[in-house]
Amino acid sequence: MTFITHMDLIIILYFSHFLHSFKPLQTNAIKTSKYNPFTFLPLNLFEQFQRIANAYFLFLLVLQVIPQISSLSWFTTVVPLVLVLTVTAAKDATDDIVSKCVLCTISPLRSEKWMDVQVGDIIRLENNQFVTADLLLLSSSEPLNLVYIETAELDGLVYFLFNVYNLKPAVRCEPPNNRLDRFTGTLTYAGQKYPLDNEKILLRGCTLRNTEWCFGLVLFAGPETKLMQNSGKTTFKRTSIDRLMNVLVLCIFGFLAFMCTILAIGNCFWEMNEGSQFMVFLPRQDGNNAAFSAFLTFWSYVIILNTVVPISLYVSVEIIRLGNSFYIDWDRKMYFSRYNTPAEARTTTLNEELGQIKYIFSDKTGTLTQNVMTFNKCSINGKSYGEIQKLEITKHTDTVDFSFNPLADPRFMFHDHALVEAVKLEDPEVHAFFRLLALCHTVMAEEKKEGELFYQAQSPDEGALVTAARNFGFVFRSRTPDSVSIVEMGEERSYELLAILDFNNVRKRMSIIVRSPEGKLCLYCKGADTIIYERLHQSCSKLMDVTTEHLNEFAGEGLRTLALAYKNLDEEYFNQWKQRHHEASTELDNQESKLDELYEEIEKDLLLLGATAIEDKLQDGVPQTIEQLSKANIKIWVLTGDKQETAENIGYSCNLLREEMNDVFIVSGNSPEDVRQELRSVKRLYHFSLDKRTLGKGVKLIADELVNGEYGLVINGHSLAYALEGSMELEFLRTACMCKAVICCRVTPLQKAQVVELVKKYKQAVTLAIGDGANDVSMIKAAHIGVGISGQEGMQAVLSSDYSFAQFRFLQRLLLVHGRWSYLRMCKFLRYFFYKNFTFTFVHFWYGFFCGFSAQTVYDEWFITLYNLVYTALPVLGMSLFDQDVNDVWSFQYPQLYIPGQLNLYFSKKAFFKCALHSCYSSMVLFFIPYAAMHNTVRDDGKDVADYQSFALLTQTCLLFAVTIQLGLEMSYWTAVNTFFVLGSLAMYFAVTFTMYSNGMFLILPSAFPFIGTARNSLNQPNMWLTILLTSILCVLPVVTYRFLFIQLCPTINDKVRMDLLPKQHLPPPPLRTRIRRTSSRRSGYAFSHAQGYGDLVTSGRFLRRPALSGSSGFANIGRTTTGFSPMGRSAGYSPTGRPQNAKVPDVEVTSLQMYRTVRDPAF
Amino acid sequence: MVKEEQELANRPDNTAFTQQRLPAWQPMLSAGIVIPGFVLIGLAFIGIGVALFVTSRSIQVLEFDYTGVDQNSPCFKCSDPKVLNCVCNLNFSIDSLFKGTVFFYYGLSNYYQNFRKYGVSKDDVQLSGDLTNFKTPSDTCSPYAYDSNNQPIVPCGSIANSMFNDAFKLYQIINGTNTLVPFDGKGIAWWTDYNIKYRNPSITPLKNAFNNTVKPIFWSKPAYELDTSDPANNGFINQNFLVWMRRAALPNFRKLYGRINEGDYAQGLPAGNYSLEIAYNYPVLSFDGRKKVVFSNVSWMGGKNEFLGIAYLVIGSMCVFMSIVMLIVYAKFKFPEEDGVPGH
Repeated sequence: MTFITHMDLIIILYFSHFLHSFKPLQTNAIKTSKYNPFTFLPLNLFEQFQRIANAYFLFLLVLQVIPQISSLSWFTTVVPLVLVLTVTAAKDATDDIVSKCVLCTISPLRSEKWMDVQVGDIIRLENNQFVTADLLLLSSSEPLNLVYIETAELDGLVYFLFNVYNLKPAVRCEPPNNRLDRFTGTLTYAGQKYPLDNEKILLRGCTLRNTEWCFGLVLFAGPETKLMQNSGKTTFKRTSIDRLMNVLVLCIFGFLAFMCTILAIGNCFWEMNEGSQFMVFLPRQDGNNAAFSAFLTFWSYVIILNTVVPISLYVSVEIIRLGNSFYIDWDRKMYFSRYNTPAEARTTTLNEELGQIKYIFSDKTGTLTQNVMTFNKCSINGKSYGEIQKLEITKHTDTVDFSFNPLADPRFMFHDHALVEAVKLEDPEVHAFFRLLALCHTVMAEEKKEGELFYQAQSPDEGALVTAARNFGFVFRSRTPDSVSIVEMGEERSYELLAILDFNNVRKRMSIIVRSPEGKLCLYCKGADTIIYERLHQSCSKLMDVTTEHLNEFAGEGLRTLALAYKNLDEEYFNQWKQRHHEASTELDNQESKLDELYEEIEKDLLLLGATAIEDKLQDGVPQTIEQLSKANIKIWVLTGDKQETAENIGYSCNLLREEMNDVFIVSGNSPEDVRQELRSVKRLYHFSLDKRTLGKGVKLIADELVNGEYGLVINGHSLAYALEGSMELEFLRTACMCKAVICCRVTPLQKAQVVELVKKYKQAVTLAIGDGANDVSMIKAAHIGVGISGQEGMQAVLSSDYSFAQFRFLQRLLLVHGRWSYLRMCKFLRYFFYKNFTFTFVHFWYGFFCGFSAQTVYDEWFITLYNLVYTALPVLGMSLFDQDVNDVWSFQYPQLYIPGQLNLYFSKKAFFKCALHSCYSSMVLFFIPYAAMHNTVRDDGKDVADYQSFALLTQTCLLFAVTIQLGLEMSYWTAVNTFFVLGSLAMYFAVTFTMYSNGMFLILPSAFPFIGTARNSLNQPNMWLTILLTSILCVLPVVTYRFLFIQLCPTINDKVRMDLLPKQHLPPPPLRTRIRRTSSRRSGYAFSHAQGYGDLVTSGRFLRRPALSGSSGFANIGRTTTGFSPMGRSAGYSPTGRPQNAKVPDVEVTSLQMYRTVRDPAF
Repeated sequence: MVKEEQELANRPDNTAFTQQRLPAWQPMLSAGIVIPGFVLIGLAFIGIGVALFVTSRSIQVLEFDYTGVDQNSPCFKCSDPKVLNCVCNLNFSIDSLFKGTVFFYYGLSNYYQNFRKYGVSKDDVQLSGDLTNFKTPSDTCSPYAYDSNNQPIVPCGSIANSMFNDAFKLYQIINGTNTLVPFDGKGIAWWTDYNIKYRNPSITPLKNAFNNTVKPIFWSKPAYELDTSDPANNGFINQNFLVWMRRAALPNFRKLYGRINEGDYAQGLPAGNYSLEIAYNYPVLSFDGRKKVVFSNVSWMGGKNEFLGIAYLVIGSMCVFMSIVMLIVYAKFKFPEEDGVPGH
């Protein structure tokens, strides 16, 4: 046996140096930071000017420097541009620093160590550690050098033994690639070559479980690891609003050119008709003609009207997203105290998209479920145990006291005292029931200290069952290849293990045949109720009926059920059967079918004992969350690697599939034709008209089809592979979209991503993927938004996600509260921002007609410079950071509020167009009212007031009032900060204006502040203020009227809710009640995440008893070890004894087990 | 306890700000606010409108176009640009007392003082009395920065160059004799313009500051001789110059020429016949411009402008009207309570 001794370590060190010497090294650090202090400024500036917007402003700046064109001073562009570049550069710099920090925290242990790991290093991993490089497994603490790992990619057990004495080893292996399921390489030592395959490799992304330690040789590190190669290219995600904004900005540019053209043409005519005459006072320079003047005018107006696309738009959008991301980070209601993990917004650019999610793709294990199985209920001999009388299970509920049993697992909880009583009363059926559970399994036990038992179960279901038996006084203690020792009510008994009739997916049951200490032969069988029932003796028909009722009840609650039965065997018959069994198992052809026949033969006329119900513990609040989300019209697809039954079961228990659904279709065809047939039959059943729209480049858009009734769809991985093929994908998508719930089981990570891509491609909908494991990475990256479940081990999903938090239930808060608010805020912001800038700009357009199209600005240049940066920046930012239509509690109360986001109602091309029209109206008011009011008027002392500077001041003041009041109208949540920003900005405007127009400023720089005295001389006039009042009212009242009538005539869901809340605003909201209805079910609750092959393992004689307690470090920290690790169901195809034991095996293809056999183990 | 605290180390702060629970006022466009609001605004506007309208009506305005387009017009003879130093007389009569203080304006139409290139064609530094810019006027003044002999023009630029140079004298005809009605040309410009924005160089006599410069091309007199009667009214702080330099916002504008506030005329222009003697120098016909003179008195709301009053009245009435419409809509389509919110 391999205990790594000091000598070994020296060899290992030599070994790693050896590898270092010939291989270019790849360290484990992954470089993501872009800058260093020296390259930051040039690189960042270069990058920033690559953005079209910034390049555009640079271009404007160039235009402004040309004196013939310049219609505005250079500072009007330079000040905002510099500000924007600085802010963006600061943000980039912090992002860069943050991304460096993220790397430092990849490993919960010693972070820098993992980063320093290099190819060729030999590393020691301890229990519950996370594997961060692809390793060749060298040895482990476990017998057989087994390593238990929890992972999404590699399941079950990986084991490899490797003796490093006297060797000059070298590993030759394939180049880095992304295939998780295979690995080829050879290990050369002592002149011998050993093939290496997938089973000897520990891949980055898995976690060591139930294994004290292991040693591994780093084969690939950092970006070369299979996981990293497999995780897909990180694409830059953009929100749909981003894309819409790009389109709109292009439209705006078009419109800008259009306006400038009109004004240029106007200028051309003006020059021909009037300008040429006006030359008396304004001679044309250089004798330019009208056409050239028009050309220059065009560019001059480009400068003036450029404020339709203000540079501050992009900065503000970034700031708003950043702010809303911080809210997510700060939310205490998304903080999970058990793991001490707050929610984290890992990207700051996708927030508003959270308010538009239409499809959620969720992983199951670790996301919906806790991955903890508990023995919850059972039915023994027609009596059901474990029912709790309508009381919520809380921590304080009375639990059964197992103190009578010294070997009981203290973590096991049960709430029905009747069962313990029954055990204590020595009810024979109850005893037989638990005896069966204690005997019929493939669990291995280890007892490190007297009375401290640890079970290593291949499936968590089994672990839960054996633990239950243990607590009820039937303690499975140890096993040898041909015996099982249990402690029955304190009395140690050893059963002779005669045969294990192993589990597989067709049989859906397992049996053992044992001889009791008294010499009685007995067959114990557990399996799917449907299967067991077919094999029962007629005498149990009455019991069957009662048990069926119980089974239905259990299934209705989403519990996983198994039926238990037994049969006493006749010695003679058994001997004869055993003989035949031996013959069959040594036969070369048809071995399996012959064995199956034999199993069939003996597993009949069974006597029913009862049924067990195991709860695959959901995370807290999952059914409620799913119900809430589906009320918000979000479709949830579960994509899981689990078996169909398990997945279906979870579907029921988390309320995704419901009993009252009209139908649940199951697609599990094994060939393209079958799958097509199945999909078609679903559609034929419910004939729907199909509506196709063509989108852009010929990509068809599938509209949602209206279906009456609720349907569910369950599709199997292999069927999905066909369904995702080009010819069938549309058919699949249509069928799937008709259904309320879709569950895809046994899917590979790639398929998960494919499903997401499919929906993204044909549905114009926003998708979200949520998962916790490395197998979800591809899906998380593919979806518009990826969410990682954080907190426990395995950070891959989190690292590639956009948002992360610890519990699935936080998703509803992320979407229904943060997402909705972010979307609302962003839309309000954009609508208002476009409004305020269009209004600002259009006034110039109208003025063009009254100033000879000369590109004369209406406003003071300082006002133009500061309008977006100072006077209107904070109020709108305040709105976009604080606004909420209804608070979070009511958002939960009315999930329907989420629907407008999915339909893109708040900001779309239409909304934008409305904005532009509104601006057009406002700008006309803002120009023509002052025009008419100032026309030919004078001050109350007879002096002029109709001069350009007074007019500019009047118009800009009117504008500022109008847009501020409009903002007030948009804002539905006036916090003190908002009020301060709004009033402060107005006050700021007057303060700045009076300062700019003061004597002092003029005396310092006469040419920069020519507006001296304007404010004092015109703002003391009553008709100025009357004009301001008039324009403000005229701008706002139509909007108020329109909105009021709209609310009255066709209220939106939002209006309804707010109206509804109006009287209740100050009342505490009613507590959230989501009743989960249960109806009795007619379906089987069978779901057993067990895999084939373990029967052979435990009986093969190759199972090694754990060596006597070594002085190893404290291994007490096992938690729920018996159920805590879960090789996922995908391993079902894998069998350690997949090959006939006596088959001749060519050298190159030795499996791990045979490999084991070739090495003489010194321990035995 | 310590351990617990450590376990919660990452727990976000519980503040109203981070938890988005800031207390806030949540206004809504409910009928109870909107309809009474409209009524109130409507009534207030009607009130203001009436006041404005009545005030505006009480302002007297007398306006004469003297461009001389019409053959019968007294200044027709002067409208030919070839005629130099032309003087024409505009006779008119006033039926009742034109209450004072009466302001006298000249007005120009179709005159683009707001043309951008025209507007920038001046040198603020020069006009604030900086002698450096006397020698080298700013480029913005081009082409009126230097004359053909490359001498700097002071004051430079188009605005100054095109200064309005018609002169007016008003006579009341009493029993056939002309009595001069004096125009007070002092204090017609903004105080800030006169005292701060425009400054003559502090050189006495002022003439010396203008050495080595030439007067604007269109000007007949140099800047320091604009007002021979009052030495303080010369240079850049000549009141008429200041008024002209404050360029108009719109192509039709009027500018203050003088006040009638002296002697017998302090209370206004009594009824009678008047004659306005116009020194017609300023050519506008070439660009189809018009010149006019305006007599007007003022009120608290400034000069006569009926627009504001009418606008207030119209909008006030519309508000009242809309409030009625809204009331009807509200009563009829009242937000149906029973519909409520789906699910409730």
